[in-house]
Amino acid sequence: MREPPVIRRLPDRRRLHLSDGPIDLIVEASGAPQAVQCAYQAAARRFVTILDELCAELPLLRARASAASPWPGGSIARVMAAAVAPYGRRCFITPMAAVAGAVAEAVLAAMNGAAALDRAYVNNGGDIALHLADGQFYTVGMVERPDRPSLFGSFEICAAAPIRGVATSGWRGRSFSLGIADAVTALAETASKADAAATIVANAVDLPGHAAIVRVPASEIAPDSDLGDLPVTRGVGDLTQQEITQALETGEEVATQLQRRGLICGAALSLQGNARVVSPVTPRFTLHNAPRSLLHA
Amino acid sequence: MSEAMPADTIRCDACPVLCYIKRGYTGACDRYANHDGQLVRVDPHLLLDRAKSEGTPLVPFLEREGAWDGKLAKPGETFLTAIGAGTTYPDYKPAPFIVSSEVEGVDLVTVVTEGIFSYCGVKLKIDTDRHLGPERNSVRAQGETVGHVTTAEYGSQMLSIGGVRHLTGGTKSEGRVTCETLLDLCNGKEVELTIDEGAAVRVAAGQPPVVNGRREERMRVGCGSAAIGMFAKQWFGKVDDVVVVDDHITGVLSEHQAGKMLGVRETGISIKGRRSTPGRYFQVATPGTGWGGTDISDPLAILNPFKSKFAWPKLRLLMVSTTGEQFAYYELDEELRPVEKDLPKALEESVFRIRENCEPALTTVLFMAGAGGSLRAGVTENPVKLTDSVKHSITRVTCGGAPAYIWPGGGITFMVDVARMPENAFGYVPTPALVAPIEFTLSKKAYASLGGHMDSVRPLKEVLNEKKRRKEVAFAPENPWPLRPPESRGSEE
Repeated sequence: MREPPVIRRLPDRRRLHLSDGPIDLIVEASGAPQAVQCAYQAAARRFVTILDELCAELPLLRARASAASPWPGGSIARVMAAAVAPYGRRCFITPMAAVAGAVAEAVLAAMNGAAALDRAYVNNGGDIALHLADGQFYTVGMVERPDRPSLFGSFEICAAAPIRGVATSGWRGRSFSLGIADAVTALAETASKADAAATIVANAVDLPGHAAIVRVPASEIAPDSDLGDLPVTRGVGDLTQQEITQALETGEEVATQLQRRGLICGAALSLQGNARVVSPVTPRFTLHNAPRSLLHA
Repeated sequence: MSEAMPADTIRCDACPVLCYIKRGYTGACDRYANHDGQLVRVDPHLLLDRAKSEGTPLVPFLEREGAWDGKLAKPGETFLTAIGAGTTYPDYKPAPFIVSSEVEGVDLVTVVTEGIFSYCGVKLKIDTDRHLGPERNSVRAQGETVGHVTTAEYGSQMLSIGGVRHLTGGTKSEGRVTCETLLDLCNGKEVELTIDEGAAVRVAAGQPPVVNGRREERMRVGCGSAAIGMFAKQWFGKVDDVVVVDDHITGVLSEHQAGKMLGVRETGISIKGRRSTPGRYFQVATPGTGWGGTDISDPLAILNPFKSKFAWPKLRLLMVSTTGEQFAYYELDEELRPVEKDLPKALEESVFRIRENCEPALTTVLFMAGAGGSLRAGVTENPVKLTDSVKHSITRVTCGGAPAYIWPGGGITFMVDVARMPENAFGYVPTPALVAPIEFTLSKKAYASLGGHMDSVRPLKEVLNEKKRRKEVAFAPENPWPLRPPESRGSEE
């Protein structure tokens, strides 16, 4: 029984909530009230067909990306394939690694096509596409553990920076990870690029063969997972400081390479309360881990 | 892939992804799951369903026969808890859910939010006479100081765990471990604690404490003196003297008022320690984990030689602890020295009776925190009015549907028994601080008058129909229903 998509304003009446199957978007646009209204209508119109478009070529999107992969037909599927293409030769990756970012991008593009907005974001479960008119900026908070949401850091993205995509990946997230990072947040030109890169960096934060890490073939949990029988992380026991440092350094190295190749602008990596930052020139990351920082309930 | 699916895998048809879901797992959306071969919705938002107190905790979304009619529960039968409501901290926006429902003719508003509490901790009441450690000594978890020994109350040792000085006032590691310890205690998990110069305990809310590896079974029937009072009649005639060994007040039958009333003869017994009133002694030994919360394993250690003027050979003496767990029976020899003998049948029953009258020893965990400015601002534009309203019992405060005791004085400082809250009601943020649900319930009229976010009030029906992030849990029958009209508050426990 197909459930119809949810299209509604959130109780704050500012944000738009779009939900269909596994896609769950929180959208907010700022600008003239009429422009916002127009943009939201455009977002909803674009949104309602997305899940069907993607499902139409799901087997292809779930297959490992390689130079020989056929090019998908759908516009979002093509963005996904393009985002993972730079990695296909060296690692196992499927276009699904960029699905969340690509969907966010598509909805944002529809909004921008319909109205001139000051700024807007489409947040697809932590993979975010941003629009910033000149002089505008966003402050983005980073969450380490989705089961216990809280900020471990934040950063500002201003219109002048070439960043319009923010994505987070980690083994605690909704998608499977091959690595042990609690969260890797990547900043890139587009949300789909950030999404693919966050997946790659999060996979790289790892301690292969470590006894405290529980790995299970993805297919044992989700029979139709795009990761097939690859072992995905299901639990990470306490690690020593040295091990944490080692795992983070491996990830940091990969993130730095991606930055050099122009695939990301920057990244923040977090593992068991420790964080590393691969800083872009802008924006500035702030980590909220000063031991004496107080939150007053 | 579709052919060789194991029998316990189902295919979800809620969306075109058509996930195969194995038993015990969720689909790609995390909202549909395979629960024992049935497709169910498993969303994290908890609803306490009054009518479902004895039923299944999950609402099947697709019944085997016929489609779901979209209805969960009648308003008034369902109370929306704050668990999973999210929090808007610190941006001073209206709390994530402000819900209204009509109950017994009164239009009620429940403001549901999850508070981030860095000023919070738990008070542990550990039912044991055993000395866990000197007052003010540090309580540690994983080697970090997470609290201290406060005091002993009737038959229980009291520990304070957490608090802002450990959460954020110490090292980063101290804060992290404190937060973890609090979270586990609040979510009913077992925690291992060690006390400086004291015992190692394993405690979990609602479970018997384990002291130095031994599970505590009983809580003392009373102090040593009270035990004499309670059982004097049963002992009279069957034994010449009884000593109930207790670190707090050791009681002696022949000297005690209760013995005197029955005409128990003087025995010449002489107890070490400080005499309080006849037959009642303080400090007979050092506190410990032995007999009656003292450090002794041989009860004779608290006796001086019998006075020859009063004592006689063959005098029968029973020594017993406050839980009846330890006991020993002696008769005096010709030199008036106690010699241990088997407990006579006639006395067995009285020792058994002490045990029988002891309540099961438990650990109870009270969560205590203060709802500060920004949390209150999520409820109303005028935070101090909320405090006033709570103080005047116009607004009821609950935590995950469990009643909260509001500490008089300034602010909204509350205490709640975590055992009365739904499972896993607590979360944390790495500040470190705990995230706890808190609900404010008051009449719609009162809510408007204290500057409530009336624009954000949504009917309960609407929240329920928002088929998302919702889980129904059975309402704990021992809790008063949170949506009783505020007038009836006076009769609460």
